[in-house]
Amino acid sequence: MSFKRRGLYAAFAGVFLLAVFVRPLPAAQPLAETFTLNNGMQVVVIPDHRAPVVTHMVWYRVGSADEPQGKAGIAHFLEHLMFKGTTKYPPGAFNRIIRQNGGEDNAFTSKDYTAYFQRIAKERLGLVMDLEADRMQNLVLKDENVLPELKVVEEERRERIDNDPSSLLSEQIDAMLYLAHPYRKPVIGWMPEVNRLTRDDAIAFYKAHYTPANAILVVAGDVTPDEVRKLAEEHYGKLANTFDVTARMRTEEPEPIAPRRVTLTDARAASPVVQRAYLSVSYATAAKGEAEALDVLAELLGGGATSRLYRKLVVEKRLASYAGAWYSGDGLNSGIFGVYGSPVPGGAVEPVEAEIDAILEDIKANGITEDELARTKATLIADTVYARDNQGTLARAFGSALTTGMTVADVLAWPDRIQAVTLEDVKAAAAKTFDDRRSVTGVLLPAAGAPAGGGEPTDPTPSNSTQQ
Amino acid sequence: MRPLRPFFAALAIVAIHVLPAQAIEIKEVKSKGGITAWLVEDHTNPLIAMQFSFSGGAVNDAAGKEGTANFITAMMDEGAGDLDSAAFQAKRDELAMKMSFDASFDRFQGSFQTLANRRDASFALLKLALAKPHFAQEPLDRVRDQLLVGARRKEEEPDTISSRAWMAKAFADHPYARETDGTVKSIATITAEDLKAMHKQLFSRKGLKVAVVGDIDEATLARLLDETFGDLPDTDPPKAAPMFHVDGKPMTEVIDRDIPQSIITFGTDGMLRADPDFIPAYVASFVLGGGGFGSRLTEEVREKRGLTYGVSIGLYSFDHAGLVFGQLGTRNEKAGEALGVVKDTMRKFAEEGPTAAELAETKTYLTGSYALRFDSNSKIARQLLAIQEDNLGIDYINRRNDMIDAVTLDQAKVQARRISEPDKLIVTVVGKPEGIKSDGQ
Repeated sequence: MSFKRRGLYAAFAGVFLLAVFVRPLPAAQPLAETFTLNNGMQVVVIPDHRAPVVTHMVWYRVGSADEPQGKAGIAHFLEHLMFKGTTKYPPGAFNRIIRQNGGEDNAFTSKDYTAYFQRIAKERLGLVMDLEADRMQNLVLKDENVLPELKVVEEERRERIDNDPSSLLSEQIDAMLYLAHPYRKPVIGWMPEVNRLTRDDAIAFYKAHYTPANAILVVAGDVTPDEVRKLAEEHYGKLANTFDVTARMRTEEPEPIAPRRVTLTDARAASPVVQRAYLSVSYATAAKGEAEALDVLAELLGGGATSRLYRKLVVEKRLASYAGAWYSGDGLNSGIFGVYGSPVPGGAVEPVEAEIDAILEDIKANGITEDELARTKATLIADTVYARDNQGTLARAFGSALTTGMTVADVLAWPDRIQAVTLEDVKAAAAKTFDDRRSVTGVLLPAAGAPAGGGEPTDPTPSNSTQQ
Repeated sequence: MRPLRPFFAALAIVAIHVLPAQAIEIKEVKSKGGITAWLVEDHTNPLIAMQFSFSGGAVNDAAGKEGTANFITAMMDEGAGDLDSAAFQAKRDELAMKMSFDASFDRFQGSFQTLANRRDASFALLKLALAKPHFAQEPLDRVRDQLLVGARRKEEEPDTISSRAWMAKAFADHPYARETDGTVKSIATITAEDLKAMHKQLFSRKGLKVAVVGDIDEATLARLLDETFGDLPDTDPPKAAPMFHVDGKPMTEVIDRDIPQSIITFGTDGMLRADPDFIPAYVASFVLGGGGFGSRLTEEVREKRGLTYGVSIGLYSFDHAGLVFGQLGTRNEKAGEALGVVKDTMRKFAEEGPTAAELAETKTYLTGSYALRFDSNSKIARQLLAIQEDNLGIDYINRRNDMIDAVTLDQAKVQARRISEPDKLIVTVVGKPEGIKSDGQ
């Protein structure tokens, strides 16, 4: 029996992973339309008339990778503070108005974006636009609201990271994978820096990044593009930009030259796990077809019980209890390809790691089969059809793509581009990606003397995002 | 609570008459073989979602074999009929069919999705899994290892440790005190024979409830119901758990773990879903600690004092017991203070009940947001199954918001006293909490 705390945390537990598993949509019918307001704010509309509700999201092209030196966590802290009142509405009013109108709302921050959303009856779309447009420009922060919220964020960090050894290991891996690029920092920030964040830090960050031309509006649900255009012009179109939006400049990551390794021994770890992360390309940085090939590669290597890693490590050789792979291709500046395995009870990580290496080497040398390629493509494309069942999933897919260097057309064409992946593309992507020098290997070990056993990583994909 | 400012007056308490029923027509489909399902047809996307459940679950695990029903959930795609494990999984992937299972205390639930153009083949594969699972030794040993490591991991998760300790204290020898997933010890003893025996008990047409939503019509569903479930036996479902009321004696247990944040679980006896006062109690519980922002607990513990990232309390109903159950995480140094604030907030709430404004606001939220539970096939199917399981009636969706709206302030105050009992709390804490001690220390 396990209960989850409802509301703030549990209700949105799945949200941040979706950003990683962007599965855009088939182009069979126009699923989404896009246009831009006079002030440069882009709008995406995804009609879905099955229920009289809408999902309204405003995404900002700013995340933890855009933070000033020494201010780790300010992007996420500001996201919390955006609920603390404006010149028009006092602290607490935002949530209360949404609640009084039968809506749900929350927000989340990743390394590349910050997003705010409401789910509400369609008649209330104008109301939520009014509130969201207001807090884009009129935020008012007072220490009496800021100081308790900083404590809340510290608790959030303790709850999600410090109380959980596998989250701590992921944080260490990121910090080693990137020597210079700000992706090395956790979204929520390192505790010593979080402790010292102030009201002035938040206001400075807000003034530097929150403006219509740096924002994207995504509306999914029981509306037409014309209805959204009219309301968006009324509420967002009248906002003037407060600064010129320029390209995001981030420290460039040097070419990696040496494999790195980190071992975390923690009494709270129930069982050992080995995780490997390869610094890789993303959709925004890849050559044509390369990121798509990595999505195919991740699915066939480790997407489920019929994947290569699972069949070999878990079923045939019985070395591991769990094994898999993932590809996070939605970074603005780079991507990560990950593999992981956890030994069977009583087993050690070394043979698991050795077998993973052997499987990766085999793919580099011999590629994959025509049959594997066809099956994997079919799975990925079927997932895009399933994604159409949920307007929230669709809205997140578009928002995430548009804040990480992709376009609406890219998202719509994704199934076709997956379909175009060849055997050679996959082999070449494997050869380029599975290079030791680009890797960090992280091992989680229970404390000496603790009972040995395999363990399922809580969340083998990077928890790349954190929410209010 | 912050007083309502004038601008709220304009926005506040506007009833939103967005009943999901406007968009949802539920048909009761009866197959020739006598199987009933609730159907919502929706041809927007070429997808079909089905949720179904059998009566019986973890409460029917034999003593010492806790986790048997859960073990079955993990074996459902590991070989059935003429397909071994690998062949079954390959077929499932080829069809892009999705199926998963879950065993709660009182029910064994299945969740199934298929693309419309693979409909019949996907239902046929599901039928194989339901009627003719192998429980063969090879996958069984492998799955057992996975369950064991899962169990070990849960034994280290602070919120799981805290919740489990709470359930053990509250339910003593009752089956609801058991681990639905089993323990390291019990999982090790479960055999193929145990799984087969449990499968035979649980998978009966008499205990079956089905909800289907998506791109399928009545006649096709009627046929597929018989084809999929028709071969299952028509035997009585296994015996339900006895009725249980949680003792009103307060108890506190601290489980020492070296973690920076203490997880505090707190609760008392609650009520069954069938309780005539469930709706007013649900509304009252929401004012106290539901739904995130705006509840009294969130205001007092999080917003005013920054003591937690999340705190909530709510009603949980099993078939034969009900709980008022809450949880929060806070830094060890503040554990005693946070629990004190929770108790003070509960005491004040019991004494005063919700204000008229809180009640009105909560009603508009609960009625207005009901439609949000019906915006995808999978979500609608989950709602329809839950309504069947709770015996609320096929017209419940139409009646539900009226029942919420009908709750009076007096009713809510009575229920506030009933659900908010700080002096009866059973409290379990994991961590190194300052200011909280186990009983007798």
